[in-house]
Amino acid sequence: MLGLDKKDTTLLIIVALLTLLAPFLLNPFPSDSAMAQFNAGYPDLMQRFVIFGIFAVGFNILFGLTGYLSFGHAAFLGIGSYSAVWMFKLFSYNVIPAIALSVIMAGLFSLLIGFISLRRSGIYFSILTLAFAQMSFALAYSVLSNPKFNLTNGETGLQVYADDPQMFHRDGLPDLPHLFGLSMRSTYTLDMGAWSFDFNAGYYLCAVIMMIVFYLAIRIFRSPFGMMLRAVKSNQQRMNYTGLNSRPYTLAAFVISGMYAGLAGGLMAAMDPLAGAERMQWTASGEVVLMTILGGTGTLIGPVLGAGFIKYFENIFSKINDSVLHGWFAFLPDGMEDFVVAVLHPFVGKGWHLTLGILFMLVVIFLPGGLVEGGTRLRNWFRGKRSGADDKPSGKTEPAE
Amino acid sequence: MDAILLQILNGLDKGSAYALIALGLTLIFGTLGVVNFAHGALFMIGAFCAVTLQRILNLSFESVDESQTDFLGNPLKVKTPYVEAWFGPEAGAVIIDWSVPLAVLFAIPIMLFVGYAMERGLIKFFYKRPHADQILVTFGLAIVLQEVIKYFFGANPIQTPPPEALRGSLDLGVMVGFDPNAIIYPIWRLVYFVFATVIIGGVFAFLQFTTFGMVVRAGMADRETVGLLGINIDRRFTIMFGIAAAVAGLAGVMYGPLNPPNYHMGMDFLVLSFVVVVVGGMGSLPGAVLAGFLLGILESFASTTWATTTIPGINQIIIYLVAIIILLTRPRGLMGRKGVMED
Repeated sequence: MLGLDKKDTTLLIIVALLTLLAPFLLNPFPSDSAMAQFNAGYPDLMQRFVIFGIFAVGFNILFGLTGYLSFGHAAFLGIGSYSAVWMFKLFSYNVIPAIALSVIMAGLFSLLIGFISLRRSGIYFSILTLAFAQMSFALAYSVLSNPKFNLTNGETGLQVYADDPQMFHRDGLPDLPHLFGLSMRSTYTLDMGAWSFDFNAGYYLCAVIMMIVFYLAIRIFRSPFGMMLRAVKSNQQRMNYTGLNSRPYTLAAFVISGMYAGLAGGLMAAMDPLAGAERMQWTASGEVVLMTILGGTGTLIGPVLGAGFIKYFENIFSKINDSVLHGWFAFLPDGMEDFVVAVLHPFVGKGWHLTLGILFMLVVIFLPGGLVEGGTRLRNWFRGKRSGADDKPSGKTEPAE
Repeated sequence: MDAILLQILNGLDKGSAYALIALGLTLIFGTLGVVNFAHGALFMIGAFCAVTLQRILNLSFESVDESQTDFLGNPLKVKTPYVEAWFGPEAGAVIIDWSVPLAVLFAIPIMLFVGYAMERGLIKFFYKRPHADQILVTFGLAIVLQEVIKYFFGANPIQTPPPEALRGSLDLGVMVGFDPNAIIYPIWRLVYFVFATVIIGGVFAFLQFTTFGMVVRAGMADRETVGLLGINIDRRFTIMFGIAAAVAGLAGVMYGPLNPPNYHMGMDFLVLSFVVVVVGGMGSLPGAVLAGFLLGILESFASTTWATTTIPGINQIIIYLVAIIILLTRPRGLMGRKGVMED
């Protein structure tokens, strides 16, 4: 289907089902039960799942295929957000032109930054992208927000004010981002007995866009272009000696992944018309690296899983406080209960980043392939138990010398 | 003339911090070939060593002083730090006052141990892994260290004042013949610069004039051959990691009075230090020091009113701009050698 082989079609269908049915899947617990805090099916969080999924899929096209580790991709996300908000300010709240401009702007910037950064490889490349991203952050945070020339509105963040021109805004249209009149915030709530499910217009816009770009990513992975990028990762020197200039390929990959980031930024602004500089800080770039690694670098589904995983646990873990913990361990004897709560306390609530850091280190140390590799290992382990360990697939591919 | 001198002096303290951190980074990179993203966290831990020592010295007990009364007429409760009880009130007060310089002594063993534990416990397993993995695992470690410090010390900056005698400013201009008040310079910045020079000189002397340093330099040039000569180079490199950690830590200890330590100060410095290392040339120790001071001074020149009115915000981006220009024109940095990190 659509030029994909059977395996990829299945993958695409699974992703499509997961995203379209997410309001059901993420709300497995009745809304008034004690487990309801583990529900993730509310619009704001679902939107973040999908948006960061797009961001990570794009990042993976660069890092997973070519092996170039960029530490500055958050800059493109920020650029996308700023462009989208400017479209809202100047023209109208319609999201389509806003998203289009954010992709274009991110593409232009990534062309410029990539052209310079890709002259170097390895650690130099990482540091160059880091320097560019920090520079963009400094520009957005303070330099471009002076009274004479206010492009980013500094610390407050760029937002739409009542006295903005909004040339194409008419009275009938909602005063929030909308798709030809359909407000991004409009939500239909379906009550089924004890359960309630939210269907949000913004989420479905993001979900449809994610399916499209996920399909594009599959096509890129399977195309001759994708093979070229893999060749860059495994042995760039040999590629150069065979007379191929690898720079155009890596630059194309960089621009594509920058456009994915810009798209994510544009969607973020479309869901909530506000753009702030902190989105561009280098720790934000680190976050997308975390997502990609955690899910599985160089795999198709990995980055999406990683993004969902991190955003879900960020949300859930940071909500857990001591009283919740006491509730969980109430079955233990008193002294024991206090002890367990005291041990767990640093890792939840505000300490969520500690858990994330530890988790990330564990993944890099023991499971470099991320969640996807973990899944494969588990499956092999089960299969090995059943049919004997004689048919171990050799996952490693040695380059032929 | 005096204005130029003032800007150079202003750049020295930040430049010293950059140079010290970049020196440690380069030591680790040159010996072990590891890109350490947790180096900023080591700087931060050093600063918190000073905070810890300050808290230890201020541990006190309460006693009831019958001769004084509080506003309700009850006998006044007086808090006496243990140090003052043990060494007498005057000597005790001096010790508490000098807690930051004392923290240097306190921090050295701690930082050596932290560095040693980090290398043996984690970095050791990453020599054979790609640079990307090293970056990622040390990045994770930096997050963890930062969050641990935040858990114990909170998110707000903590003041670590310099000793009474070293507060205030000097009129340096008068000493070299300018008008009075032309160059006013805080004493602690001068102290920091001298301290940094001593540390940098110490590290270079250690590498240049001791047998241990000679072996380490030989190992940096050709690790395999040194190993074949029957020298346990890994153990020496581990010690070098400890020393690099101590250099970063000491930079942090002394930086506290200039800028109150908070848990993310390391991350703020880390990015700039990497830029410094790259500008200086990966793996070149003199390059790191030179680039550290150069960029510090450049930043200070860019912060003058003249520069910021000509190009608004130039002080925020000058370092990155310079780094990008240098990397494009001299890809190996100012003093980089051929063949380092080129694959």
